[in-house]
Amino acid sequence: MRRWLLPTLFLAILIGAWQLAASSGALADLLNLESFVVASPLEIAESLWQSRSLLAENAWVTLKEVLIGYGCALVAGVSFAIAMHLSETVRLTFQPLIIASQTIPIVVLAPILVIGFGFGIGPILVIIGLVCFFPITVNTLDGLSSVDPEAIKMMRTLDASRGQILRRVEIPSASPYFFSGAKIAVAIAVIGAVLGELAAPDSGLGALIFRDMNQLETARAFAAVAILSAMAILLYAILALAERRIVTWR
Amino acid sequence: MRQDTKMPAETEEFAGSIASPASAVGAGASVSIRDLGHSYGELTTIARLDLELPAHGVLGLVGPSGCGKSTVLELIAGLQEPSRGEVEVAGAAGAPERLAHCALMPQRDLLLPWLSAIDNAALALRNRGVRRSEARDRAARLFERFGLAGFERARPSELSGGMRQRVAFLRTLIAGKPVLALDEPFASLDAITRAEMQQWLATTLSADPRTAILVSHDVEEALYLCDSVVVLSSRPARTITRLSSPAPRAADRDEAVTDPAFVTVREHAMQALRGGSE
Repeated sequence: MRRWLLPTLFLAILIGAWQLAASSGALADLLNLESFVVASPLEIAESLWQSRSLLAENAWVTLKEVLIGYGCALVAGVSFAIAMHLSETVRLTFQPLIIASQTIPIVVLAPILVIGFGFGIGPILVIIGLVCFFPITVNTLDGLSSVDPEAIKMMRTLDASRGQILRRVEIPSASPYFFSGAKIAVAIAVIGAVLGELAAPDSGLGALIFRDMNQLETARAFAAVAILSAMAILLYAILALAERRIVTWR
Repeated sequence: MRQDTKMPAETEEFAGSIASPASAVGAGASVSIRDLGHSYGELTTIARLDLELPAHGVLGLVGPSGCGKSTVLELIAGLQEPSRGEVEVAGAAGAPERLAHCALMPQRDLLLPWLSAIDNAALALRNRGVRRSEARDRAARLFERFGLAGFERARPSELSGGMRQRVAFLRTLIAGKPVLALDEPFASLDAITRAEMQQWLATTLSADPRTAILVSHDVEEALYLCDSVVVLSSRPARTITRLSSPAPRAADRDEAVTDPAFVTVREHAMQALRGGSE
């Protein structure tokens, strides 16, 4: 009960304060903006309802991008972590490159990808994949190598092959680490989708935000942001639930 | 890598023997160590060691902490290659052959927390490709004899220290290996549980004899469980003396360890141990 009550209460207080500040004009004064640009929570809620079909349509586009991009990052990240764990050559070859991939500024990369892949889902998936891959791979790899070496010796004297040690000992002990990485990555995946859509504003919530901000449709832009947050929280919750079902020994 | 083509057959035989303790016992294997020396880089852990252990013999290795006792077990079990000298198990010197003949019971129970007690015990069978249901059936038959009936599906965290240790020992036995390498198996238990487990292990080993090497820092434990005990010096390890346990020993542990002959040998061992660590 407290788990839901406390954040809900805090959010309600925050929204209430925002509503007061926005409707009294205090927020516009503070930000030095015209008051019609500043959206109050009530206006956002109104816009959420009025533009529901447009928002739902675009949310579905973004959700699809996130799910596909994130799914690819999960498969690639885990495969890479296992390959790097099993082979020192693979690890030495790719570790610096994987770290280097994180230093690429996505904001700069996005337009370049759009030139390469054209408008559409392609560049967006690449961006989501790129930002999610790192936390998943690094955490899973850490987990795989955190296994007690004594447990591996024990398994070897019980006739376990390399694959059986991986399957019965290393992968289960890495799973909590994997979930930490996967939970970080899912929040970043949503940001990645928005960044991609900003570079190629075709459809999706990111593209909608981009257009609405240019047209000073602030309330609808905030409504889109609220949906993005809800999406990230939902995906995170699904992962947390999966973790509780799978990692039962902690 | 592994040369264990005949292991599954031995396991069948073992599963039969342990279900009806009166029937024949699985194959034994001798252990022979000649002029063994070992070092990690600059650090010499074993100066020189010679050991002969007949099939079904039970040998204790006692010595001060950090003297390389556990390393000796790993060398016997084929988990490491010695820097110098020879280690033979059942006449075979190669590490893969030694590995195929030995099962290691580590100091901590190292039960896998994501598996139930029975799946932990059946690990060796699963590693050899036995189907899950059959592996569980075979392990379940031993649970009762080991005082673990009713705890088959419990997770390791739900078991007491003594029970965890018994599951770990069961896991080692089910592997059906002729040689058991026991690395301070009861060090983490409280004194009362440890005494119970020592008695239990003695009974188990006499019902199902194996060649066993027991590493311990507890002289009394080693003399009670083993036929003979080698006292090692502090690092780099060398043999100070080899003592025979008084035989026959009483079945009851408390009676056995208070026997005057036992006490005398224990004092000799303690003196040797003190002399070696100075």
